[in-house]
Amino acid sequence: MADQRQAVARPLSPHLQIYRFTITMAMSIIHRITGMGLYAGSALLAWWLIAAATGLEAYATFQAAAGHWFGQLVLIGYTWALLHHLFGGIRYLLWDEIVATSPKSADIISWLATLAGILGTVAVWAVVFSMRGVI
Amino acid sequence: MSSTHKTASNPSARDMRTPFGRVLGMGSAKSGTRDHIRQRVTAIAMVPLFLFFVGLLVGLTGADYETARSWLGNPLVAIAALLLIGAAVIHMRIGMQIVIEDYVTGPALRTLSLIANTFFAYAAGIACIYAVAKIGFSA
Repeated sequence: MADQRQAVARPLSPHLQIYRFTITMAMSIIHRITGMGLYAGSALLAWWLIAAATGLEAYATFQAAAGHWFGQLVLIGYTWALLHHLFGGIRYLLWDEIVATSPKSADIISWLATLAGILGTVAVWAVVFSMRGVI
Repeated sequence: MSSTHKTASNPSARDMRTPFGRVLGMGSAKSGTRDHIRQRVTAIAMVPLFLFFVGLLVGLTGADYETARSWLGNPLVAIAALLLIGAAVIHMRIGMQIVIEDYVTGPALRTLSLIANTFFAYAAGIACIYAVAKIGFSA
């Protein structure tokens, strides 16, 4: 039975690798990935708040982890994921209202959201590092 | 010469109801758009709330324990935090549910993933709410 079924050459549905790259396609994938990252990152937000509610020692532990270079990397990544998802999400809200739905407009607002996410992250961390006197 | 001819097994070519749904004849459950609308309403709510919180966290850069607690203990900050947590829990639970429904195909693993998603979302949410309330009421 299995052999007979395989003998029929049915058309296969094309998958990701067959399509030309478009920013809207990339944004769709990145929106999911950043969303899942923010989902996992909510545990970090819970950690911060619980540490602040628990006491001085717990808060010091959190601060040490957040201040470590790897912790900083995670926080920068989290900032970018948040801002990218936020601006990318506003784009979806616009499309819901039938705004900027032509292929060209869709591409433009997708690039704008990408740019806003990156520039926002740079701006936030520029302020953070300047407050610390690093730059 | 219409292509939509009605028969007992195919009342209408455009009828997308399941056979069971057709037998019941009760129409739609009227709840199919619930998650879709919730996802968007929580998204709109979170735009200003998250921008506020990014600002708050930047402001707390290098702040000591007492400063962080006094900021979080401010009623307006605490209320904004609770609103944000509530919206985020609903939003992230629906979002992850969609991802699981799209990619996790095994029936047992699918059900377990969906349950784990609900548990994680509410556990993270309740933990955050408890912490904010504790700081707020002890400030």
